[in-house]
Amino acid sequence: MSLVSQKQVRRGAIRIEDAVKIYDPEGAHILAVDHCSFAVAPGEICMLLGPSGCGKTSLLNAIAGFHRLDGGAIYLDDEMLCGPGRRAAAIGPDRIVVFQNGALFPWKTALENVAFGPVVQGRLSKPEAFARARQLMADAGLGGHEDAYPGQISSGLRRRVEIVRALLNDPAVLLLDEPYRALDALTRSVMHEALLDTHARTGVTIIFITHDIEEAVFLGHRVVVMTARPCRPKRIFDIDLPRPRDIGIVASKRFRELTAEIAGTLDAEALKSFARGEKEGHAA
Amino acid sequence: MTQQAAIITPDSGRLLRFRTAALPRLLFNRSSRRAIVSILAAIALWQLGATSREWLGWPVPVLGHVPAPDAVLVAWYHVLGDAGYWQSWYQSFLRVAMGFAAATAIGVPFGLTLAMSPTCRGIVLPVFELLRPIPPLAWVPASILFWPTQELSIDFVIFLGAFYTIVLNVLGGAETIDIRLVQAARSMGASRINIFRRIILPGVLPSIGAGMEVAIGITWEVVVAAEMISGGGSGGASGAGGGLGFFIWNSYVGGSYPDIVVGMISIGIAGYGSSALVRLLQTRLTPWLEAR
Ligand SMILES: Nc1ncnc2c1ncn2[C@@H]1O[C@H](COP(=O)(O)OP(=O)(O)OP(=O)(O)O)[C@@H](O)[C@H]1O
Ligand SMILES: [Mg+2]
Repeated sequence: MSLVSQKQVRRGAIRIEDAVKIYDPEGAHILAVDHCSFAVAPGEICMLLGPSGCGKTSLLNAIAGFHRLDGGAIYLDDEMLCGPGRRAAAIGPDRIVVFQNGALFPWKTALENVAFGPVVQGRLSKPEAFARARQLMADAGLGGHEDAYPGQISSGLRRRVEIVRALLNDPAVLLLDEPYRALDALTRSVMHEALLDTHARTGVTIIFITHDIEEAVFLGHRVVVMTARPCRPKRIFDIDLPRPRDIGIVASKRFRELTAEIAGTLDAEALKSFARGEKEGHAA
Repeated sequence: MTQQAAIITPDSGRLLRFRTAALPRLLFNRSSRRAIVSILAAIALWQLGATSREWLGWPVPVLGHVPAPDAVLVAWYHVLGDAGYWQSWYQSFLRVAMGFAAATAIGVPFGLTLAMSPTCRGIVLPVFELLRPIPPLAWVPASILFWPTQELSIDFVIFLGAFYTIVLNVLGGAETIDIRLVQAARSMGASRINIFRRIILPGVLPSIGAGMEVAIGITWEVVVAAEMISGGGSGGASGAGGGLGFFIWNSYVGGSYPDIVVGMISIGIAGYGSSALVRLLQTRLTPWLEAR
């Protein structure tokens, strides 16, 4: 049974096989990811949950190509991104990362930010790119903010602009690293509905790192709970809640069952990592 | 009324813009009133101190030996019609502009090269750090020796004063650029040149602006001292065209003490004006900071 939305999507399958990531192999030898394997279906929203510092960001960076892998392989739609003979994936617009603190260019307006990809790639002329960007922003309910600099709009709006910017590159996969962490609860639930809406429209595959169990259950088709460092899936939960989902669902019995079960699994790992004195590193 | 004027508020040090229609209101708000009162009080105190010999019988320390404000005002009034005085302004401004422009034109690309290339940094930075502690004024005699004209040697010393500051600010600014911005740009397919032009360059612009602002202040310190040391450069001993620094020195030598103060205040005004100019340029270059 497929939990992925009714939309016919073929693009954006990620397969991770025996991924290994070691920082400073000569010296400190920090094993961040160890023989981690799981697959994400095209159009899936896959939520990654794990204790602080377990290696989630490391995995995401390897998919994006910002870091090299020390073992194993990652495939996008059966094409090897990195693996034997190729340590680091090529960085490209088919996989776009949205970071926790955001990476909008402060010196460009929202519209210029959104149009950035197609313009630098030379894929569209500037007026065409701007027209597309304007359209996409309007679709996402961001009309009226085109000419604002990132410093002038709220952090919630910034995050939405950044996701629209990512989408204009027509990525196969969106890689979200705790994008809503710094937001207040109210803004966050607005973000969630906007993201689900975007996903329903585009069918893009989303790999989403979070620390928030409710966020994971509310958004995900599946929730992958990671072990304490080195990270690998400890248990994968299918979230069999109906879609489209709205905020009311958090009151349902099934929602509470799932969050409780996931919390139990996560807790055991968090305790392990806590006992080891793992720092809560937000910076890495 | 879309015309805009610029003021620098003492509390924030940032450039504020306000419509000229708001000018009267601004003049009479509380903080402006306080500023005016405090300046008037300072001048009154100065007048009292400077004339203390007459009403007290003996000069109070410091202020008792300074020309009184009314004498300064009279001296200023006389000097306003003197071409030599304006020539001094022109000379000093020209020197500052030359040295500062050269420091910016060379310092910014130099700093960027160092920031972008660890190899360049490794080779050049040790020498740079070795020369940097030498104060610009220590270069004056050497500079006179190795530049063909005295004018160039003064320009060079001013250049040095601004150069170090600008380079260090560019380097520091490049370091603070968030690696994620670069990663994001690369993700979206930006080439190396694009990353430099669209990420690194705008990323260091605020630091370039900050460096320029500090540097312009340094150039005025340097130009005045250099003009005093070198005897006014091309203007020679005549006093005409020797720059404001020489104007002060010459007034001292010639015994026209109120003119010393006239020169000092003139330099204050010149420094303030050029800083404001640089700040204006800065806000033009980095509109996204202004818009916060
Ligand atoms: N560049 C690096 N050099 C050395 N060690 C690193 C580096 N980056 C991360 N690490 C370490 O690798 C481990 C995994 O880091 P990572 O950032 O992937 O964890 P995370 O699961 O994303 O953590 P968080 O939940 O806090 O974001 C951590 O122990 C971290 O200290
Ligand atoms: Mg992380």
